[in-house]
Amino acid sequence: MNYQAIKSIYTFEMARFFRTMMQSFISPVISTALYFVVFGAAIGNRMESVEGIGFGAFIVPGLIMLAVMTQATSNASLGIYFPKFIGTIYELLSAPVSFLEITVGYVGAAATKAMFIGVVILATSFLFVDLSIQHPFAMIAFLTLTCLSFSLLGFIIGIWAGSFEQLQLFPSLIITPLVFLGGSFYSVTMLPPVWQTITMFNPVVYLISGFRWSFFGTADVPIGLSLIAILLFTALCVGIIAWIFKTGWRIRQ
Amino acid sequence: MTNIVEVRGLTKTFDGGFQALKSVDLDIKSGEIIALLGPNGAGKTTLISTICGITRATSGTITIGGHDTVTAYRAARSLVGLVPQEISLEPFEKVISTVRFSRGLFGRAPNDAYIEKVLKSLSLWDKKDAKIMMLSGGMKRRVLIAKALAHEPRVLFLDEPSAGVDVELRKDMWKVVSQLKKDGVTIILTTHYIEEAEAIADRVGVIAKGEILLVENKADLMTRMGQKTLKIDLAEPVKAIPEALSKYDLTIEDDGLLFAYDTATDRTGIAGLLADLRTAGLKLTDLQTRQSSLEEIFVSLVSETDVAVEKEDVV
Repeated sequence: MNYQAIKSIYTFEMARFFRTMMQSFISPVISTALYFVVFGAAIGNRMESVEGIGFGAFIVPGLIMLAVMTQATSNASLGIYFPKFIGTIYELLSAPVSFLEITVGYVGAAATKAMFIGVVILATSFLFVDLSIQHPFAMIAFLTLTCLSFSLLGFIIGIWAGSFEQLQLFPSLIITPLVFLGGSFYSVTMLPPVWQTITMFNPVVYLISGFRWSFFGTADVPIGLSLIAILLFTALCVGIIAWIFKTGWRIRQ
Repeated sequence: MTNIVEVRGLTKTFDGGFQALKSVDLDIKSGEIIALLGPNGAGKTTLISTICGITRATSGTITIGGHDTVTAYRAARSLVGLVPQEISLEPFEKVISTVRFSRGLFGRAPNDAYIEKVLKSLSLWDKKDAKIMMLSGGMKRRVLIAKALAHEPRVLFLDEPSAGVDVELRKDMWKVVSQLKKDGVTIILTTHYIEEAEAIADRVGVIAKGEILLVENKADLMTRMGQKTLKIDLAEPVKAIPEALSKYDLTIEDDGLLFAYDTATDRTGIAGLLADLRTAGLKLTDLQTRQSSLEEIFVSLVSETDVAVEKEDVV
């Protein structure tokens, strides 16, 4: 195991993140603040509470998930796509590293960035709403697993993408809709029965539900199922990455 | 001298069906500078990329320092530094951080004293905190070399190091290369500037159409393939070659005589020719010798294969 290489990739990627600190933090914080103003203060005041929780507080886990999932995906995909695009990938391919070190380095950095942003949004939300976290350890575990699994997904997208358009396509076309329709801003039980069934095919539902449970102790789906869903998703991504590096797909001719 | 790189029966066929390498065998001796010459598309870059692990071989084996590049890739690749042909660098990074990154990627613990030494040897030290995008093309190429040297490799591959580089930088690079050779680093460079091979290489390999045509000591190659000519300027021009001199391989050029001879033989015939010139009553005013360059040798080699391949195609 080439630990130096992991450290190098990780610190190199994190340095890029801190260099662009303003964009990295400001934009998610501003957009979250806007959500609170619109949904929490303006609309939320006229809405009944959802499952006994004020609407402003209810959307916090969903907002964090929305930001974390999109940030993890785009950070990780850009992290590996950029070397491909500018040609510096030659160095990774000629270095004495296996797919494990490359993946741990890039995905680890992307997950850390997403985690930072998640924590910043959480901190911001305390400014707007009354919030208590019932299961803080479960909350951290869900947040970590989500950051990790979506960074893995982003890594796959980054390797697959042949252009910047394709790089943008996946998050905006698939992840954002899945998160929006995954119960970020509502409880799945508020939907008509048919849509409730359809929604159950959306993997993001399980993640948001589990995450919300760690805050309020209530969930749309059993917490065990949420855990299984996220572990399955992580395993699937790891499997795909292992296959990519074994075959050299889109990387090594 | 032991071989540090051994390539056996290496072939590479790309997905599209293009065969870039056709059973290449190549031994690179420890501590030498070998130049791989070949026209564009000959397979030079594919050969280097395959040795360095960027492309996969279709068949054949490669060992570096005795380590197989597939089964023992970590040990093999740790020995190798690669300077790619294209300038591929992260534009927003600082020079020193990208060089440190390269060192770590190859599993070496940080060593700022060594990195300082590398940057100084490449005249990059005063640019160490500059962003790469602010550097000139020549400076960027130096950064690529610094990155390749960051992990103290034993074998350095330079893929077209002189492409788009001015004369001054090229000379600087040759200095760096000869210093590396003194430090015991083996250097493999591809080039289509033959003067570069002529200036710094110990051995020369010629590649065309995915095949290695020959690998030979530069000096031997130039003696064997090179022709020397002696130009004789005469006081009074001659219209025809005098009868007495017909046994020599002479041609008339610019009213003087041109004598082609082979340096590989013991007797060049120059002494006899000069004596016979006097006997024939010709007065000479000047003598010049000229040796054919590596470039001429190279062109004749590659064009021979072109003819051979065309003949094959016809059959």
